[in-house]
Amino acid sequence: MNGAAATVVLEETRKTFAGPDGGTVAAVDGITMTIRAGELTALVGPDGAGKTTLMRMFAGLLRPDAGSLHVLGTDVAAAPQRVQDRISYMPQRFGLYEDLSVQENLDLYADLHGVPQDQRRERFARMLEMTDLARFTGRPAGKLSGGMKQKLGLACTLVRSPDLLLLDEPSVGVDPLSRRDLWQIVRQLIDQEQLSVIVSTAYMDEAERCARVFVMNKGRLLAEGAPDDLRKQARGLTFTATPPDGTPARTLQARLIDAPDQIIDAVPKGGNVRLTRQPDANPARLDALLHDAVVEPRPEELEDAFMMLLRRHEDRTAAPAAPVAVRARPAPGTANGSSDKPIIVVRDLVRKFGDFTAVASTSFDVVRGEIFGLLGPNGAGKTTTFRMLCGLLPATSGHLEVAGLNLRTARAKARGRIGYVAQKFALYGDLTVRDNLEFFGGAYGLRGQALKARVTASLTQFGLEPSAQSGLLPAGYKQRLAMATGLLHEPDILFLDEPTSGIDPLARRAFWRTITALAEGGVTIIITTHFMEEAEYCDRIAIQDAGRVLALGTPHQVREQAGDAAMDMDSAFIAIVEQGRARHNHREAAA
Amino acid sequence: MQALADYLARTLALVRKELLALLKDRSSRMLLFAPALMQTLLFGYGATYDLTYVPYAVLDQSGGAAATELLARLDGTGVFKRAATLTGSGQIAGMIESGDALLAIDFPADFDARLASRQQAPLQVILDGRNSSTAALASAYIASIVAAYNQSRGAAPALAVVRRAWFNPNLESRWNLMPALIASLSMLQTLMLAALSVAREREQGTFDQLLVTPLTPLQILIGKALPAIFVGLIQSTIVFLVILFWFKIPFSGSVWLLYLGLLVFTAASVGIGLSVSALSLTMQQAMLYTFMLVMPLILLSGLLTAVGNMPRILQLATYANPLRFAIDLVRRVYLEGAGFSDVALDFVPLLGVAAVTLPLAAWLFRNRLA
Repeated sequence: MNGAAATVVLEETRKTFAGPDGGTVAAVDGITMTIRAGELTALVGPDGAGKTTLMRMFAGLLRPDAGSLHVLGTDVAAAPQRVQDRISYMPQRFGLYEDLSVQENLDLYADLHGVPQDQRRERFARMLEMTDLARFTGRPAGKLSGGMKQKLGLACTLVRSPDLLLLDEPSVGVDPLSRRDLWQIVRQLIDQEQLSVIVSTAYMDEAERCARVFVMNKGRLLAEGAPDDLRKQARGLTFTATPPDGTPARTLQARLIDAPDQIIDAVPKGGNVRLTRQPDANPARLDALLHDAVVEPRPEELEDAFMMLLRRHEDRTAAPAAPVAVRARPAPGTANGSSDKPIIVVRDLVRKFGDFTAVASTSFDVVRGEIFGLLGPNGAGKTTTFRMLCGLLPATSGHLEVAGLNLRTARAKARGRIGYVAQKFALYGDLTVRDNLEFFGGAYGLRGQALKARVTASLTQFGLEPSAQSGLLPAGYKQRLAMATGLLHEPDILFLDEPTSGIDPLARRAFWRTITALAEGGVTIIITTHFMEEAEYCDRIAIQDAGRVLALGTPHQVREQAGDAAMDMDSAFIAIVEQGRARHNHREAAA
Repeated sequence: MQALADYLARTLALVRKELLALLKDRSSRMLLFAPALMQTLLFGYGATYDLTYVPYAVLDQSGGAAATELLARLDGTGVFKRAATLTGSGQIAGMIESGDALLAIDFPADFDARLASRQQAPLQVILDGRNSSTAALASAYIASIVAAYNQSRGAAPALAVVRRAWFNPNLESRWNLMPALIASLSMLQTLMLAALSVAREREQGTFDQLLVTPLTPLQILIGKALPAIFVGLIQSTIVFLVILFWFKIPFSGSVWLLYLGLLVFTAASVGIGLSVSALSLTMQQAMLYTFMLVMPLILLSGLLTAVGNMPRILQLATYANPLRFAIDLVRRVYLEGAGFSDVALDFVPLLGVAAVTLPLAAWLFRNRLA
């Protein structure tokens, strides 16, 4: 191994932490890898793969328990400061000082890194230009949008030119627009400064842009190579299946994902289903599964290979998170004919905070049994809209009707008809699973035998252990508990706020399987998400920006509105938001 | 009827959850009992105004019998301990400054001569004024010893005060202070508990989950307030029992009246705590606000200093302080055995504070926007 050409060299490196239940968890479980200099390298893997632990070890913030770790030719454990003087590290949540202005934050980090005054002017100008923050130098960092904060974090990380740049999930929770900007900056840096960059990410399209990719799961290295080489592993296994007219793609997708012995992965995309079959799939059974769909081979993508590696590793280490069996429940008062009557009616909904209009005159309907997605960049007003819909925030004006009840006059009653799953785990961590379910059941008016029966049914349905302490459950099970709680009182409508952020791709597939099954059972689903590809699971979506609804319709209609029905959802989203902004600017210029 | 049962059942679910959350956690379980017990003992032994040990220095320039006798009386109290015998007035400053002596007694050279000639004989006492209350008590003590000495010499005073301290025959400050703790110590805990309850839920995101349930603000209020009041009363009971059985301060009133007063008072404290909590977005904020409130609540309560000695404007401010009236009520019921009609007026401000803060908290639950 050539020391000069490698930035990071690991040999059998291990790092264990104390688990929440008192045991130990190997976050990094004997990894050997060599990361080359002058390249953009990606560490990809689901949550809990060990990416952040690795990054923190590279930065000298954690000592490996065993094995060796050299960064830029130095043993990090022995001389962390020597390494830290030469690297820049941007953690997932960068430590910006929210009360300081953009400029003051930059000055502060330049002071901390001892950047000489004469270099600063040139460096700052360059960073501000790249991040497009020059207009906002006087604004407090706390008042920036999520995407801008992330860009400022990057600028502060780069107040000096390091030998190695470490970016830990820089695009987590950042909307596609800001994500694209962020990557443009990184690209420029690599091209202009021949910087070595290591980035960790859960997005495959980001990994695709890297020269070299390391795939990790549960502290183990599953594969490494150039994206092209990794992709080849799925060659010949990837297809697009087009369901017959009138069948939603997600129905076909649900059928496919329910057969893991034949199908590695299936996701709805552009009205079709993208699938990867098992290499040893039985052709007859495969045909039966796909039966009336039109199947075409498609070129393999990195994501296919990634899912394949992951599924294989999961099969070996643990039983995969099985999708939750959902009992189809005939929705009350809905014969097939009346299901077109909207269950949510929103008319001219407005929400102002002071003189800031967070949601401007928004109108839409949602029909029973529909999956309705609210999409938008950070700060677009989707969270505000969402909170008004579930009665957490009063509207400034407008009409809001949920399950036939006016949310302004019959709030408590309307709330009884909805279920709510918060973005982060929002149940009582000190209480057991059963205590949580019993409390929320009681709050929704369930008592005695009825309560007991519903709790027992939920426990089996979601595969939950009643005596487990809720706060110590693994992330996937926490979400199951949150779902179980939201569904305990058998609501007509289930509200889900970014339910899939921070859960790994396998769990995400299982989660969406539950959602589609619920919708089939007649439950209406309102969901916000920043994973644009998840819009494909929705019957209809609304894209919001700056408080206004820019697009409303089926994913197909939205893609058409964006200009090309075949484009992927991320691009459609970006196109629509940019069109919307251009129109808005145009109108402002005219006025 | 059905609707009422349903309403109560939902509220009860919340009460049960609050109690579970409180009792599940070992450290918070400890917090329910240990601090009240510890603080009561600390206050009982540590916080006393009674003189128990006064080191003093003597500069006896007279060398006579009168000085010796007076000093013997002083030492006989068991409170005054001679720390040094000085030989020159220059040494006094050093003794006081170093704190080795709290006071110095200076017998002038002509002390005996003046006494013998039946003239007035001045006796100089130099006190360490840095500790004014102890110094004042010590000087009063010396004055009474001197008065007794005068009397023994047959100098009959023109006036003699015969005092009887009612309700606290020996005027022990412990008797004054400790019953007040039944209200004040439990207030500290309930205030903190209530202040953290909603703020914790907001910080951990569980409050949204609570707000989307059909529970009304009133139900949430009841569900949050009852467990906190319950805990407050337990704390009061701990303090009460320690005072009664450990420090043996006799209780002369009605237990029912005492607890009625404590119930109203704790409800008022919980109201303040929940309002603070509903106003805070994080636990840190709630904690900060509570600390900001506790100091004035204690200072303006009459716990340590009499309200009557405060400037007029501060006296007015004490009317908004539930602790002031709770302490008054508890002291009077405990020490003088006051009946309901005696303390009825104390209930008015207590109920007033509860009637303002509890609805305010309920309103803030939904209307305090992030």
